[in-house]
Amino acid sequence: MPVEIDIAKVARLARIGLSEDELAHYGEQLLGILEHAALVQGLPTEGVVPTAHPLPMVNAVRPDEVEPTLDREEVLSQAPDREGPYFRTPPYLEE
Amino acid sequence: MDAADLSIAQAGARLRSGDLTAVDLLGAVRRRASMTEAILHAYLTLDHDGAMAAAENADASLARGEDLGPLHGIPLALKDNMVTRGVETTCSSRILAGWVPPYDATVVERLKAAGAVILGKTNLDEFAMGSSTENSAYGPTRNPWNPDRVPGGSSGGSAASVAVGSAFAALGSDTGGSIRQPAALCGVVGMKPTYGLVSRYGLIAFASSLDQIGPITRTVGDAVTVFEAIGGHDPSDATSYRGGFPDPRAELGRGVAGLKIGVVTELSGDGVEPGVTAAFRATLDTLSAEGAEIVELSLPSTAYALSAYYLIAPAECSANLARFDGVRYGLRLPGDSVEQMMSASRRDGFGPEVTRRILLGTYALSAGYYDAFYGQAQKVRTLVIEDFKRAYGTVDVLVTPTTPTTAFRVGEKTADPLSMYLSDIFTIPSNLSGDPAISVPVALDEAGLPVGFQVLAPALGEAVMFRVAEAVERLVGFDARPALADSEGAA
Repeated sequence: MPVEIDIAKVARLARIGLSEDELAHYGEQLLGILEHAALVQGLPTEGVVPTAHPLPMVNAVRPDEVEPTLDREEVLSQAPDREGPYFRTPPYLEE
Repeated sequence: MDAADLSIAQAGARLRSGDLTAVDLLGAVRRRASMTEAILHAYLTLDHDGAMAAAENADASLARGEDLGPLHGIPLALKDNMVTRGVETTCSSRILAGWVPPYDATVVERLKAAGAVILGKTNLDEFAMGSSTENSAYGPTRNPWNPDRVPGGSSGGSAASVAVGSAFAALGSDTGGSIRQPAALCGVVGMKPTYGLVSRYGLIAFASSLDQIGPITRTVGDAVTVFEAIGGHDPSDATSYRGGFPDPRAELGRGVAGLKIGVVTELSGDGVEPGVTAAFRATLDTLSAEGAEIVELSLPSTAYALSAYYLIAPAECSANLARFDGVRYGLRLPGDSVEQMMSASRRDGFGPEVTRRILLGTYALSAGYYDAFYGQAQKVRTLVIEDFKRAYGTVDVLVTPTTPTTAFRVGEKTADPLSMYLSDIFTIPSNLSGDPAISVPVALDEAGLPVGFQVLAPALGEAVMFRVAEAVERLVGFDARPALADSEGAA
């Protein structure tokens, strides 16, 4: 499969605001790496089950007991911006 | 011998004989750090007050007859991708500059409970992405054997500190070789446990299905000690292994006579420097002379492991690093909308290698390319696991050179990401399979740089892995140390 990359779209999906020059630079480097990575397509894998995880484990569950959580003030002390007990951000929605 | 050069086992014996105190041990590694840090830059943060308080506590409790075990009073370092309550944790990234975590990682809690003295946080490639510790927003770490060379990575600060004696041991994390490769390049022992045996709670995630915390030490015995202290089930990590902790000492000291040791054709030939091959072959001869049977075998899928890794790891990293969005902690740049704020913060906060891998992973997971790249890589992962299982049907352990080359020059590989990636070609397969592996120093090459010998074992096979590693250490008798560790007064 030939490798083609819409690097501007990828950067937008990743929420990384790159300049035109940076997009061109990373686009070129990604092509080189993907060319090597595409070697995986050379190995026959019909009928092979993909591995997402090295250990065959199912969901870990525990009793639903109330336990101490992180201290709210300690957590919020690291926030770039806050309002009372909330994290504050620029608007998500247009006016 | 300076106290900073003792093994954990030796230091512990001298603590208990009353010959040295924990405060003495701390003083010894701090003197070593003050001699070497201007050259090496192994540390990002030294927690002077916290370490002194912990050392004084350790002495007081030992004096009261409360002995917390082999790490009691021993000064250790942590890679700066493990969160420490009240101590800045940066992952060597601008995006986390100044972040003070509100909790301790499970491994940190366990080390503290074992009486260890936490010295501080060591340098790494940003978010553990790299093989040279050059991708740090706070400047590179240098190799203690030759400061013109890299220490390897991404746990380069941890490996350099242990090699030079500014820590008795350190924790690293290994996603594609990030414990074993720097250990090899710095001439120390580095071990990646079976996936799931050491909790990842509080390890800032890079690639969750591959990441594993492990020890970097000066002896195999010390690696066993640290592994025992940090290992075991943790309910806070959903991927923590629940089937019981294998006794890593079960086979120690039994030697290699009668063991079948496999040499993997695909993981020993191409691109290996002559000095590395010579040290590897000499070690095989030593093991053979002791009665081990050396078997050459082929694991064809491992030739595809690097390609699969460079799809799986970036894919997982692109998802994991989505949490760095400028909302709850870390760097925030201004923006009119939340998307502008995030895009600007992430552009300024991440360095080039992290940006590259996030983009690569985002692409590999995006609609239309998922099956061809990520899906196919996960199938290759299955084939690698099956190849290893087949091999362990006939041999007890597998061995390889840890790295194809000894420490390369600072700047040598930074312009070509792919050439950097190739330095992990022998370590990556164990991360894909989840199996344990350890690097033991065996020789210096003609340039005076250390060569590592890697022992791989089946999942939960730590006992036989440590058995072979201890035999290699004892039989080869590697005891060189970097000249920098002897430069008393030079700084």
